[in-house]
Amino acid sequence: MRNDLIIVVVVITALAFDFTNGFHDTGNAMATSIATHALGPRTAVALSGVLNLVGAFLSLSVAATIASGLVETSLVTPTVVFAGLAGAIMWNLATWYLGIPSSSSHALIGGVIGSMLAAAGAHAIQWQNLVAKVVIPAALSPVIAGLIAATGTYLVYRISANIADGPRGNGFRIAQVGSASMVSLAHGTNDAQKTMGIITLALIANGSLPAGSNAPFWVIVSAGLAISLGTYLGGWRVIRTLGKGLVEIEAPQGMAAESSSAAVILLSAHFGYSLSTTHVATGSILGSGLARKGAEVRWGVAGRMASAWLITLPAAALVGAASFGIAHGIGSTAGVLVTLALLIAAAGFIYLRSRGTAVNAGNVNAEWAGPVAPGQQPSATAIA
Amino acid sequence: MDKWINLTALWQILVVGLLAGAGLPALVALGLVALGLRALAAPDASGAAVGYSPARVAVAALCFAIVLAAIGYGIYLIVIGGH
Repeated sequence: MRNDLIIVVVVITALAFDFTNGFHDTGNAMATSIATHALGPRTAVALSGVLNLVGAFLSLSVAATIASGLVETSLVTPTVVFAGLAGAIMWNLATWYLGIPSSSSHALIGGVIGSMLAAAGAHAIQWQNLVAKVVIPAALSPVIAGLIAATGTYLVYRISANIADGPRGNGFRIAQVGSASMVSLAHGTNDAQKTMGIITLALIANGSLPAGSNAPFWVIVSAGLAISLGTYLGGWRVIRTLGKGLVEIEAPQGMAAESSSAAVILLSAHFGYSLSTTHVATGSILGSGLARKGAEVRWGVAGRMASAWLITLPAAALVGAASFGIAHGIGSTAGVLVTLALLIAAAGFIYLRSRGTAVNAGNVNAEWAGPVAPGQQPSATAIA
Repeated sequence: MDKWINLTALWQILVVGLLAGAGLPALVALGLVALGLRALAAPDASGAAVGYSPARVAVAALCFAIVLAAIGYGIYLIVIGGH
């Protein structure tokens, strides 16, 4: 049963996923602060990275696994976890390349469900829990967050209507950084725990840990570091879409949006819902755009995101299933290593393609002209 | 229906979310309005030196204190974890 080489590969892949989770989601907390110049781009990602690390250590109760209640954990093997992670990483990289903020949690759940389906069939999935705990909250959370952000934005502009823009902006920028910091902290707690849970699940499946174990300390440390480093790298493409593409953001709006995000994420976690930070943050930013007079909401960008959200679960599941197929088809350790090589090759390809249209700290705030990368010609594949 | 949606949690998230997510930004705005904001326009002038009425400063302080307390409670929620 025990296979230590596979478990090493699984842990490294899980940390790689955690890393993509970090840079994919930097924008959720920091896009609005970067767009309003409340923080310099480099300062913003550094602050968010540190807070994600703090957040990873903050919670006293580290969930055993994200997958409990969604799949039959007794049927999980390290290869299933590995294939699921491969699906999640591919989806995160593809959406990052396109500059689409999409849920890393959904990518992870989708990937694991896909590889589980391929490994054990439909009975291994708890479909009702999947709908009740993942699909329905995912549909509701952006709407609720948007509603709260819109209310907040309306109130803030109403109350401060008679104050000149300059001084108003300064006060609100400080508050905006505070609210964005809360989102970063909550993100570190929620999302780093998902990786801790998935590594623990693989360790239990491998027999390295007894069933029902909590995450060991080295898992907590490494997962916290991976997500923090990813956040610090800054997913500039996604930051740009959220901060500049979706709506034009002013500081009071940014503060209302981040406050709404922080409130919804923390409350939902309190009630046991593991929401997607991305869905909440995007809903909030959209809501803050709707409530400010004169703010242009680019519905084309929003629609593109929404369609990406709809296909996140099935697309990650498909790659997860295919990865399991390859790994299992070739067999044991060699199969996992071949799949790993394919994953690294695909990731390298996407990275190289992204160099042609790089978005970085220098051009992240450039005027939005259609495609995610400034200066790029609009094309069929670019955000319209 | 309850099998699919926890309506109790849903309306609590909505109500408390509105209080915290929309109410706190409104309090920040209120506090900034009470302060008059000139001090923020000129960073070198300290708030007291400009000579605001004590009442305005008190309102602002109360607003910001509530906001900070709520943030503290939010961090407490993170520390104790879900459920």
